[in-house]
This record gives sequence, C-alpha cells and structure tokens, in this order.
Amino acid sequence: MTAVYIIIGIVVILLIMMASTYNGLVRLRNRVRNAWAQIDVQLKRRHDLIPNLVETAKGYMKHERGTFEAVTKARNLAQKAVGTGVGAQSKAEGELSGALARLLVVVENYPDLKANQNFLALQEELTSTENKIGFSRQYYNDSVLRYNNKTQMFPSNMMAGMMGFKASEFFEVKAAEEREAPKVSFS
Amino acid sequence: MWEQIRSNQIRSVILVAGMAALLLLMGYFLGLYFLDSGTGGMIIALILWAVMNLVAFFQGDNIMLALSKAKKIKRDDYPRLYNIVEEMRIASGLERIPDIYIIDDPALNAFATGRDPNRAAIAVTSGLLQKLNRDELQGVIGHEIAHVNNRDVLLMTLCGILLGTIVILAWYATYMLFFSSMTGGRRSSSSGGGQAQLIILAVGIIFIILAPIAAQLIYFAISRKREYLADSSAALYTRYPEGLASALEKLAASTVPVKSANKSSAPMYIINPFRKKARAASDLSSTHPPISERIRILRSMAGGASLADYDNAFRQIHKGGRGVIPPSAIAGAGAVGLRPAVPEAARREAELGKVERTREVSDLMWHLNNYKTITCACGTKLKIPPKLKSADVKCPHCGRVNRV
Repeated sequence: MTAVYIIIGIVVILLIMMASTYNGLVRLRNRVRNAWAQIDVQLKRRHDLIPNLVETAKGYMKHERGTFEAVTKARNLAQKAVGTGVGAQSKAEGELSGALARLLVVVENYPDLKANQNFLALQEELTSTENKIGFSRQYYNDSVLRYNNKTQMFPSNMMAGMMGFKASEFFEVKAAEEREAPKVSFS
Repeated sequence: MWEQIRSNQIRSVILVAGMAALLLLMGYFLGLYFLDSGTGGMIIALILWAVMNLVAFFQGDNIMLALSKAKKIKRDDYPRLYNIVEEMRIASGLERIPDIYIIDDPALNAFATGRDPNRAAIAVTSGLLQKLNRDELQGVIGHEIAHVNNRDVLLMTLCGILLGTIVILAWYATYMLFFSSMTGGRRSSSSGGGQAQLIILAVGIIFIILAPIAAQLIYFAISRKREYLADSSAALYTRYPEGLASALEKLAASTVPVKSANKSSAPMYIINPFRKKARAASDLSSTHPPISERIRILRSMAGGASLADYDNAFRQIHKGGRGVIPPSAIAGAGAVGLRPAVPEAARREAELGKVERTREVSDLMWHLNNYKTITCACGTKLKIPPKLKSADVKCPHCGRVNRV
C-alpha cells in the first residue's frame, strides 16, 4: 500500500514539474515574440521616417545624390525584407543602418541644414529610433538567450523537444560599422 | 533581471515583516500602558497603519506628484525626454511607458512613483533637463525605470508608511507619557500590578523610544540597497555605466535643494534632495548611498554592463565582502558588452549645446505654465501670462504694440 502512495506521489511531483517547465517555456517564448514585435514597431518607424528625412535634406544637400540614393535603396530593400525571417531582415536592416550613418556624417558639412527646425526634429526622431532599435534588439537577444538556454539545457530540453519548442534566432547586426562596436567580455 | 525581482521580493518581505512586528509590539506596549490592554493597542496600531496604507496605495502617487508641483507633459511638449523614457522602457522590457512629469526647479533630481508598473510615473526637474546631455539623462531615466521595474516604489511606500506610523505612535506616546507624568498620571489599575508589570512597562517605554530608530535603520538599509540595484539595472539597460556616473557627478556638484521635497518623499529621489556639500555621507542614517561611491562603482565596471559586472565592481570598491546583487539574478545571464563612448566631438555636433538646451527647457516651462508666446516683428519673443486681461502688449524692445 505504501509503495502505491509513493508511486502516486512521484507521478504527481513529476506532473507538476512538467507543467511548470512547460509554462516556463511558453512564458519565455512569448517574451521572445513580444520582444520581436517591439523591434518590428521601431523598424517600421524608421522606414516611415526616412522619406521625410530625405525630402527635407535634399534641398540643402544638392551634391550628395549618391548618399541619398543609397539610403533610399537600402530602405526599400529593408521594407521588402519585412516578414522574411529574422536572419534576412536583420541583414537588410544592418545595411540600412550603415547607409543612414553615412548620411548623418555628411550632414555635418551643411550648417544651414543643421539650423533647420524641421530637420532638427527629424534628426531627434531618427536618433531616438536608432536607439530604440538598438534597445529592443538588446532586449530581444537577452530574451532569446534565456529561451534558447531553456530549450537546450537538461531537463527542460526534453520537454521542449516533446512539445516542439524550437530555439530562436538572434537579431545580429551585419553592417561593418556596427559589428565591431560591442566589446564582449567573458569575465 | 526577472530573477532579481523575485529574490528581492523574498528578502523585502522579511524586512517589511520585521518592521510590521516592530509596529505591532509598539501598539502592544502602548495599549498596555494607556488602555490596560495590549491587544487593544495592537488593533489601534493596525487600523492606523491600514488607513495610511489605503491612502498611500490609492493616492500616494498623486500626493507625491502634487506635493512636488510636477506638471505632466505630452510627447510633443518635449520629444527628447519622451524619447529617452521610451528608449529605457524598451530596454527594460516594461510594457507601458510611464507618465512623464516635469518639476519646475533648478535643482538636479528625479523620482519615480506609482504603485505598479502600469501606473508608474517619472518626474524630473527642469534643472536636470538643462544640465544633462543625452547619455546622462538616459542613465538617470534608466535608474528611475529600474525602480519601476523592480517594484521599488510599492516597497518603499509600504516601508515608508510603516516607518511613519511607528514614528507618529512613538511621538504621541512620549508626549503623553511626559504629559501624564507632569499631571500625576491617570494609571488607574496600576495599584494591583506588582513588580512584573512594572518591568514590562519599563521595557515598553524603552522600546517605544528605540522602535522608531530601529525602524528607520531598517528603512534606510532597504532604501540604500534599492539604489544600488537601480544603478546596476540602469547600467544594464543603457550598456553605458559612464552615462549615469557622469550624471551623478553633475548631480553631486549641484547643492541646490529641491524646494518641494520633504522628508517622506526624499527616498524616492535619485539622490538625496537635502544633502549638503561636504557631508560624511557613508552612515547608517542615510537613505542613499554616498554619491561618490556610486560613481566609483559605475566607473569600475570595466568588464561589461551586466549585473555580475556591477557586483564585481561593488565588491572591489568595498574590498571584498558580500556583493549587492542577489546571486540568483546573476546566475544564468550571459556576458553583456559595454557600449563604446561616442567621441566628444561627434557628440557636440549631434547634440544641442548647453545654451540651446537651456533655452529649449525654459520655453517648455513657459509653455507648461500656460504662457503664450508671441514673436514680435523685431524678433523678440514675448511671453504672455495666462492672467493678462488687456488685448495688446507693447514690446519692451522696440516699442511696437502686438495683439494678444
């Protein structure tokens, strides 16, 4: 009789552990999805801002057609990449970041443009949107790291395998300027 | 980050329970002395505490904001601040952006309030907006968002109320004891008490004197720890501890006190709003850790921006010993790189200068105080007070008459 109780007890404990592991996995996966939605919002914002910026700056910067074209092209490509998966999208967005950074460097040579109120407001928006993309990427990658750890580590990996929780992809920046920027340490 | 919250909660519950026990004991002794019933005293203390809690819980943030004369701003009023708050919201994973308030005060300070993250509000002084650059402001806002995200406001309100109740009870008790000893006392039933009761009463009186001090020490210990945790989270969110460090440096250099702060709202601010310049700051009776120490910890985070890096820096500054971050928060988190600093020259190009920033903020304050702005033909900007009755204003500069 005691043996039966012990077995029932073990089964109950196992069930509780499985349920909590499953819930933990779902919670982490939802966090990853939510974090991705945040990135999406900011990327869309960036796509919307760029035509305005180009329109405002064009009149002042007559000799920078190449830079503008590069930005517009990168923006259109990035917009096309929306929804094609994390890898492709992060690559396209990386290109756009690079093109934008080059444009904003060139802007420094045009003091008239820098005095334009409209442009200043746009620049604040763009700077902040770039920051927000960075921060949402940061949060997304943190969430992915936690989620992936959980799907790959024992014992939660068994549950993840059974219920079809797959590891997520990191949002990496491919543009050369940004790639070397973060210095990671393993202390 | 998420584990940090949970482990904090356990520790905090223990400390809060300690304070609650102090309050109950206090009520017990008071009841014994004045009502001849310890339980009755405890009940009265509990009711007092509950009423104060209800007020604080439902009105605390409004009271705090009203006391500090903070004005709520919308996105278009001051996009720079709004954007920075939004950036930190995203970095922290908070769901709702806190309401943003500005206090018209040249002092440099900021606080967060609101009982849960969905009702949070962040207030900054206008002086802060004028004096800090973007990175520094980001650090300060990161610190405040961390308070929101770590549920610090609720905890500190709870503790503050407990402390307040204990202090009020102790004050009345000593007052009444003094008063009753002057008039000969009214202790009706003491004749049949005996020695044991006298001892209890003596212990009670000592306790009543000591309890507020003990409660205050617990309170300050919780508060200081929360400040370190918020600093570490700000470094994690921004990936740039130098931003907050340099902001704190500017805050420390300014000794203008916040006009609207009082003792009960002090722990809510990012730095102590009453501090004097050269204060021997590292003592037990301070709500905030010494600023110089907070700066040194942030600046020693050479390896990275993670909570573990902050903990290491903290231990380095304190020459070993225990860290300040709960171990469960550090375990499982990956290494976090630091964001490289933007070169000074590039930043000066990209950002508003001090003069423009000051002008921008002062224009904002005029606007928030319902002043209208009219640009005269000579280029002077006239600020029209909301109470002005007459229909036209003469420009003091060129003498033209402008219609309001």
